[in-house]
Amino acid sequence: MIVTELTPFAEQFERLSQDPAHFPDWVQSLRQSGRDRFHQVGFPTTKWEDWRFTPVTAIAQGRFGSGPENSATSEITEWVAQASLADMACRLVFVNGRLQPGLSQLDSLPAGLTVGGLADDLEADGEIATGVLGRQANIEHSPFTALNAALFRDGAAIRLADGVEIEAPLHLIFVTSGGGDAVCSQARNVVRIGRESRLKLVETHVGAPGEAYLTNSVTEIELGEAAQLDHHKLQSDSIAGYHIATTYVSQAASSRYRNHYFAFGGALSRNEIHCYHAGEQVETVLHGLYLVSGSQLADCRTRIDHAMPNCVSHEVYKGILDDRARGVFNGKILVYPDAQKTDAKQSNQALLLSDDAVIDTKPELEIYADDVRCTHGATVGELDPKGLFYLRSRGIPESLARKMLIFAFANDVVQGLRVESLKRHLESVLLADHGLPSV
Amino acid sequence: MSSEAALLEDYSKREYKHGFVTDIEADSLPPGLNEDVVRSISLKKGEPEWLLEWRLKAYRHWLTLTEPTWPHVKYPTIDYQRMVYYSAPKQKPLLDSLDQVDPKLLETYEKLGIPIEEQKALAGVAVDAVFDSVSIATTYKQTLTDAGVIFCPFSEAVREYPELIRKYLGSVVPAADNFFAALNSAVFSDGSFCYIPEGVRCPLELSTYFRINAQNTGQFERTLIVADKGSYVSYLEGCTAPKRDENQLHAAVVELVALDDAQIKYSTVQNWYPGDEQGRGGIYNFVTKRGACRGVNSKISWTQVETGSAITWKYPSVILQGDNSVGEFYSVAVTANHQQADTGTKMIHLGKNTRSTIISKGISAGVGQNSYRGLVKIQKNATNSRNFSQCDSLLIGDKCGAHTFPYIEVRNTSSQVEHEASTSKVGEDQIYYCQQRGIPTEDAVNMIVNGFCKEVYQELPMEFAVEARKLLSISLEGSVG
Repeated sequence: MIVTELTPFAEQFERLSQDPAHFPDWVQSLRQSGRDRFHQVGFPTTKWEDWRFTPVTAIAQGRFGSGPENSATSEITEWVAQASLADMACRLVFVNGRLQPGLSQLDSLPAGLTVGGLADDLEADGEIATGVLGRQANIEHSPFTALNAALFRDGAAIRLADGVEIEAPLHLIFVTSGGGDAVCSQARNVVRIGRESRLKLVETHVGAPGEAYLTNSVTEIELGEAAQLDHHKLQSDSIAGYHIATTYVSQAASSRYRNHYFAFGGALSRNEIHCYHAGEQVETVLHGLYLVSGSQLADCRTRIDHAMPNCVSHEVYKGILDDRARGVFNGKILVYPDAQKTDAKQSNQALLLSDDAVIDTKPELEIYADDVRCTHGATVGELDPKGLFYLRSRGIPESLARKMLIFAFANDVVQGLRVESLKRHLESVLLADHGLPSV
Repeated sequence: MSSEAALLEDYSKREYKHGFVTDIEADSLPPGLNEDVVRSISLKKGEPEWLLEWRLKAYRHWLTLTEPTWPHVKYPTIDYQRMVYYSAPKQKPLLDSLDQVDPKLLETYEKLGIPIEEQKALAGVAVDAVFDSVSIATTYKQTLTDAGVIFCPFSEAVREYPELIRKYLGSVVPAADNFFAALNSAVFSDGSFCYIPEGVRCPLELSTYFRINAQNTGQFERTLIVADKGSYVSYLEGCTAPKRDENQLHAAVVELVALDDAQIKYSTVQNWYPGDEQGRGGIYNFVTKRGACRGVNSKISWTQVETGSAITWKYPSVILQGDNSVGEFYSVAVTANHQQADTGTKMIHLGKNTRSTIISKGISAGVGQNSYRGLVKIQKNATNSRNFSQCDSLLIGDKCGAHTFPYIEVRNTSSQVEHEASTSKVGEDQIYYCQQRGIPTEDAVNMIVNGFCKEVYQELPMEFAVEARKLLSISLEGSVG
């Protein structure tokens, strides 16, 4: 532990604690405990089992400021336009972790849906955040969760009332740009979905190309009984940036949570999802795709707590690694002593395109109940030579055949999406990435 | 369902059938560990200076290490200063024949069902019986000598073949490898040494019976097997121990070296005292086993049936250095009552075209906790390598646990790694099906369990397969029914 590690953030913290206008006391005490915790443990090292393959030295040595206050530059406007998707119910844009009403689109919200910035919610009466903020995101779980608790200022606050079904997705765009300075964005999001309600959420992360910024976001999601949330996350951060994100989901009985994660950017990215089953008949679906090259590192981590009987979880993560890229996958399924009739499936498939690429995968099962069906599988390899031969025997040149097979491997994850515009966007990204003509 | 519950209850209450204590005067050192103890052990064994230095180096390194806490097991802290590090039966005989062996020892073997007398006549198994820390009798030596095979107690090998020992001791498991290996290197008492010369196929299946006796004595065996070019050996290790209340530590080290085209098949049946129904007593089995496929086309195969010990911490591994070398790991691990096992394997692929197979079957009953922890590492130069892993768990009863922690690290594109794991329980419908056909519930469970473990049994030598089946049914006796 290096005590001085908080120093780059100390100034930000001081500024926040002297800002009496904003936050209620309970938030300030959460902040203080987050700060104490981070001060106590410091940044993780590769000696920690959970961080064995993910060295964060570069983050620890970086000097990240909080960035300019209001930064709706023309560049940012353009990035937002590029990230925007068609047919969205509304759009929230955050720059360096703070809501930009000017760039957002919040008119004509569907009935029952409350959307806004977390700071505004807390400044008012904390109607959405109270009882949710800080409940699941235990500051002892990770130094980055503690750091976020210490330094968050804003984020999305979303609430959907009981019995409301909204077809068009809600789009959150997170832009990080320091205009030359190293900045960090510490967004904190709170999502509450009422009983028997249904929502689709798309989260896009972009940033100034080539900038080495840090985003460290924490999202807390609570699903009511029989609620459904389709959560999509598209991480296209700067190739030099650092992306750390942790999502905590608590699911009441009969609820369904689907998470689709796509990682393209970041020098180092780490996406953690923690799902807790608080009731029976819960369904959790986690799908992911990480596509990295150069010297990128993509770390995907999921943990599903099967705490109640009769729940189902299904997980598929796929990775494509080129050049000197590193992939890390850790999937943990924990079945509690009385969680009988649990059905958990997990698989991680990695495709290595270069001899310098590295994959470290660890699918874990921890089972304390007997009447369960749990399986996990992991495969690592190169492209199937038989598939290549098949295509070549039909006159397709090898290089194109390879691209087709890679596209097919990745497209599996994309095909399951229920947001048409996002699906088309991802297909074009995948095609363009491999120099394939669009379909 | 209620009958099943009763069955489970019973199953977990099986008694240890090999529990008894032989009352033999022991020549022991006082409890505790310091440099003097290490020196006395070395002196008692009449070891050369270099080996003493090696032990002391290991001891000094051990002092800097801390006990590992990462395994998924719980046990009270071990007080290393309360243990006795050397204990040898006092009447150490110099024997020409079995008649001179202390009759009490022979009786012990008789109770275990392995009378040496009979074994001689039996299907060609040479037994190097280790009673506590000193080897008592070595049989079939002549047959082996004729073939040029060296198979003798470790202490004898140090005297007779110092150049071989010096060359290979610690070459696979370095003295400073881990906490328990360092402890073993410092205080190891005896063990077995085996050398198969070039081109020789060992005419017998070699076997050592380990027994733990004398209260409070940790056993620190050291086994070293070297298979020279083109040779083959099958080695059996079987263990039973008298019933005890005090936990006993067992920290053995096994090193295997396979040179070009050599094959080593190492089979273990482990049935040490697992503690009583409340989880009192039982052996702590913290073992470091590792094989190195040094030469091209070499092969090392580990097969283990683990039914005993209160706590098992053991990862028989293979380092695949030679091109085209093969590593295999077949395991059945049973945890009943309060037993805990954290076991698995490591396959380190370094050479080209290396292949490894891992088949691990875990069975948990009672409140037992069974973990598979494995590592498959394919290094950059290990092109065209292949690994297949399968870890299945069977749960009997709703209070036990089954866990898998596989690590897969791949560093090149041309290799293929596959890992599969599943967890299931003994199905009510399967038991019902058998009952319908007049098969008693307990037999039905045995059938199902045996079917579950079939792939591993197939890898065991015949006599061992029979014993393993018997052990498993004894282990699970009363868990269901």
